Amino acid sequence: MSIQRLSRRDRGPELATAPFAFFPVALAGAIFLALLIKAWPLLSLKSLSSLIFSSTWLPSRGHFGLWPFILGTIWVTISAFVLAVPVAILTSLYLSEYAPARVKRIFQPILDLLAGLPSVIYGMWGVLIVVPLVSKYLAPFFGRQSSGYSILAASLVLALMILPTIISVSVEVLNSVPLALKEAALSLGATRFEVIRYVVMKKSFPGMLAACVLGLSRAFGETIAVLMVVGNVPAIPRSLFSPAYPLPALLANNYGEMMSIPGYESALNLAALLLLVIVVGFSLLARWYLVRISRRSS
Amino acid sequence: MNNEPERGIQRKLRKRLRVESFFKLLMAASTWLVLASLVLILAIILWKSLPALKLSMITRNPGSGYYLGREGGILNAILGSLQVVFGATLLALAIALPAVVFLTSYLRQKSWLAELIRFSLDVLWGIPSIVYGAFGFLIMITFHLRASLLAGMITVAMVELPILSRALEETIRLVPSDLKEATYSLGASRWQTATRVVLRQVFPGLVTAVLMAMGRGLGDAAAVLFTAGYTDKITTSLLQPVATLPLAIFFQLNSPFPEVQQRAYASAAILTVLVLFISLASRRLSRRLGRHKIS
Repeated sequence: MSIQRLSRRDRGPELATAPFAFFPVALAGAIFLALLIKAWPLLSLKSLSSLIFSSTWLPSRGHFGLWPFILGTIWVTISAFVLAVPVAILTSLYLSEYAPARVKRIFQPILDLLAGLPSVIYGMWGVLIVVPLVSKYLAPFFGRQSSGYSILAASLVLALMILPTIISVSVEVLNSVPLALKEAALSLGATRFEVIRYVVMKKSFPGMLAACVLGLSRAFGETIAVLMVVGNVPAIPRSLFSPAYPLPALLANNYGEMMSIPGYESALNLAALLLLVIVVGFSLLARWYLVRISRRSS
Repeated sequence: MNNEPERGIQRKLRKRLRVESFFKLLMAASTWLVLASLVLILAIILWKSLPALKLSMITRNPGSGYYLGREGGILNAILGSLQVVFGATLLALAIALPAVVFLTSYLRQKSWLAELIRFSLDVLWGIPSIVYGAFGFLIMITFHLRASLLAGMITVAMVELPILSRALEETIRLVPSDLKEATYSLGASRWQTATRVVLRQVFPGLVTAVLMAMGRGLGDAAAVLFTAGYTDKITTSLLQPVATLPLAIFFQLNSPFPEVQQRAYASAAILTVLVLFISLASRRLSRRLGRHKIS
């Protein structure tokens, strides 16, 4: 903004809108504090590292090791991400660089609709299709036994769920690459794929990364769809075909009915606090990276 | 002869073209794979829901013995979801709109305050809705509230707030600064510029943002899981518990009775149609409202 001085007429509206702008700051702080206060009784009894890295979860005996849940979250999120990202990048490149206009016209509304489709519906689809697929075909194919309710099922469902989001954001990023750059490369004799590899990908890398991080954070916090297909067994997962119990599912299944066992409430609030801290970490990392990129380009 | 280098170039070119067609094939294959599996989702939901999709699903409340497979519908959940989402979106908009106006018109873009507000919006955006659900539950205990329409609305509003704010800020940032400077040069205050020029310019974007947030709120089960409760009746007061569609689907799906499970599929189809309607409406409206935009 180039004008520095405010006119007198602007004082009122400025003061009136300011509290609303501080609301997000206050809300983030309030959530952090509320969870911390509620988790404190347990944190003051045991060290944080013993709670996080212990893998015994027996609430009735006072053991609250969160490690199986943390591992479950990591496994499910990472494998969904690994499944989704290559497919999403290939698809968005095809849509922006090769696809005829007719294909784009069919694709766009379907992507929009599916990006907004509630997660409970993806979860239902997972129960109907993906779980039997894993137990009857995929697990025997790799010589394993599985009930189907597994990390693999959860990450397939999640991957499909975040695909529309990643694709539609990436296509927008790819479409914003200046035509002149591509034409210059083509005029030098590059094939279309070489243009994509050396010009388009390079130019749109930060945007594509942002699209993927968007998908990652959606996969990370997803509750209901994962809860329905992941099996919910609080043990250290051994392979993609074993069940797991991610943190959000732990909260969804037990929060609200945890008052009778001492320490249980604190443990669940600590789990919620962990989710929050990881999100803050992600945001800090993304911000640091963006600052670095904008500094390098300027 | 000088044929030799030319042949080398030819061979290289052929190799480059092979790489080209290989990757093109790979991209096309993955595109069709994605399209097929997405269409499969919709097809399976519709196909599974057909046996239970009767008019009574959307015109009646659950009757006695509904969860054992007898007569009734899910009117309570459809209306409940709409109540929660309308209330939540109004609440979220009432905070997001002035917040974004302050952020874009009264703060310098690079000041640490603007950075702090943006950062906390980023954090809020990333917080899983189950954590909002937990926080909403903690608020409820503190104020001795029961699970109710009000608590559900507040929690869903917290989920929608960062979505709305981010979308609004992005559309406002696209308004050309010439336009703002032109109004300042005519002696308008920032408030006048923000409300009479900028907001009017971004109105289509605002409508799209609101509808997008509504779509997200409508489908969010984790936020209402502990806060909204569930009821078989239509909710008439802010302090009564309220039924919501995602939870209706979730509960019916967990039933051992096949008739009830089929109704879960039918409820999912109804929810899908609602989301489809919102997404189509946002396309239509943003196109129609965008007619008067100066760009």
